[in-house]
Amino acid sequence: MSTFDVVVIGAGPGGINAALTAADRGLRTALIDEQLSLGGQIYRNVDAVDDGIQSILGPDYLRGRTLTARLHLSTVTCILGASVWQISDDLEIAYLQAGASRTLSARHLILATGAMERPSPMPGWTLPGVMNAGAAQIIMKTAAAIPSGDVVLVGDGPLLLLVGKQLLDAGASVKGLIQTSPISQALKVIRHLPKALLAPGYLIKGVSLLAHLRTGGVPFFRTAEAVSILGTDRVGAVSFIHKGKRIELRADTVLLHHGVIPNVQITRMLRLEHRWDVDQQAWKPRCDGHGRSSNPSITICGDGAGIAGALAAEASGAIAGLDACFALGKLAEREREEQARRPAREHRRHLRIRPFLDTLYRPPDWLGTPPDETIVCRCEEVTAGQIREMARLGCTGPNQTKFFSRSGMGPCQGRMCGLTVSSILAAENGASIEETGYYRIRPPLKPIPLLALSQARMAPSAGTAHDAHPTEDRIHE
Amino acid sequence: MFKLIESDASQQRCICEIFVDGKPSRAMVGEPLAAALLKANCVPMRHTPVNGAPRAPFCMMGVCFECLVEVDGTPNVQACATPVREGMHVRLIHGARSIGQFGEAGQ
Repeated sequence: MSTFDVVVIGAGPGGINAALTAADRGLRTALIDEQLSLGGQIYRNVDAVDDGIQSILGPDYLRGRTLTARLHLSTVTCILGASVWQISDDLEIAYLQAGASRTLSARHLILATGAMERPSPMPGWTLPGVMNAGAAQIIMKTAAAIPSGDVVLVGDGPLLLLVGKQLLDAGASVKGLIQTSPISQALKVIRHLPKALLAPGYLIKGVSLLAHLRTGGVPFFRTAEAVSILGTDRVGAVSFIHKGKRIELRADTVLLHHGVIPNVQITRMLRLEHRWDVDQQAWKPRCDGHGRSSNPSITICGDGAGIAGALAAEASGAIAGLDACFALGKLAEREREEQARRPAREHRRHLRIRPFLDTLYRPPDWLGTPPDETIVCRCEEVTAGQIREMARLGCTGPNQTKFFSRSGMGPCQGRMCGLTVSSILAAENGASIEETGYYRIRPPLKPIPLLALSQARMAPSAGTAHDAHPTEDRIHE
Repeated sequence: MFKLIESDASQQRCICEIFVDGKPSRAMVGEPLAAALLKANCVPMRHTPVNGAPRAPFCMMGVCFECLVEVDGTPNVQACATPVREGMHVRLIHGARSIGQFGEAGQ
């Protein structure tokens, strides 16, 4: 088994920069990611993207190449196509790669597992043809393709507007932007404007995205409510209430987006402390200013520690890499502070836009309390009504409803329903989200074949000797 | 459900042949299998084991598990995380497996 000083999980901007920072200071560093290419979701496929769509995806996307280029020249060992499924208390990491389970061990762990799109439960959201807006962008990045029929965008937020613009530029037929942000937020946002003006470039980009969609002829439906998606074997239309009237828009593809949230699956499995962030309406792991979690051997960077975007993630990666150096005695505390000063300043600069964005694009309250017929747990097909019924029968938390209904027990292990189940229970019981809690996440983090599991060898406790998989793990060079 | 963006983009990648439920289909080497199947209009891509409801890829980033297919005899593979290879055999999964039913290649 390979042993590294630092293992970084997640090869997006945060993880890449964390790995580079640690390796540059002489630490033996590995970077592990479940994808076969570097860049995470934001820079997905950036090294191999087709020339023809580079101009559509734009310079913010291509910036990812500056990071991957540095990584290719570094001493970081990249382990790609590797899906982490278990991490032991002594930081032995088990991952599935090419059908086999392998292990490596770390003296310090950096988690850079990023964000996922906030689930948008509404009637009909399981129909084929409904996807997250980010999914459509991933298909542009990896397959140079766009939806072939009429596209309707539902939700709000920078990514939805960006995807709308990119789809228009790529020749898609965008038939409407159904904006779900409540009107009350537009008034509350004003006080965050001065700070937002100090953040580099974000407001101008946002305004130009909106203008681009308008000049592209996309109809806007502001403060829409009661959205449902209609169809039998696939999407046919989107129905919603706008200015007191019910409107139906024909659609072949519906793209949902209500912002992104930290993907807490791995931090939950590790039993790290989490807190509910009211402004971002999401759980996030508790970290200190250097990204150090409640476990002193684990530092967290990037959107997985709280949503702040790709450039902030890059800066927080540097801070996390320095923190790992300090944790392992490579840097003195004073050196860590000095070297972190610049990335910390950069990080703060990008954070200035957050209060503005988090307020303006706060998901509408109705998103967390969908109508009874809505499927909440997509895997086990448990509806909002069933969750409510269980609340009436006395369930106070999501681990109870899981027990009674299998909600959160399917292949996605609660990733798609965790937030919604907690918010429905909180609303029904008149409790807070913190009191209601979240799913208890257990390994395996991702389903693994029994064959791989039977051949896996995990240390039961610290200090057990192994000789599993002496093969070199270096995949890309 | 998806189409290639009209540009020279497609010419850069090798086109290969994969088999979906035995029928040949064209795809680009290295693209996510889920994207190739969407371009080939394989929608619904599966029916759920619980109620047999129609589904298709939703997140394209390994989170939602809506794109599960059988690849070269291995069931429940995330098509969004599987790059296309020449000659891949894909089977779409409809409903729950019955007892004793395995992938075509056997295990």
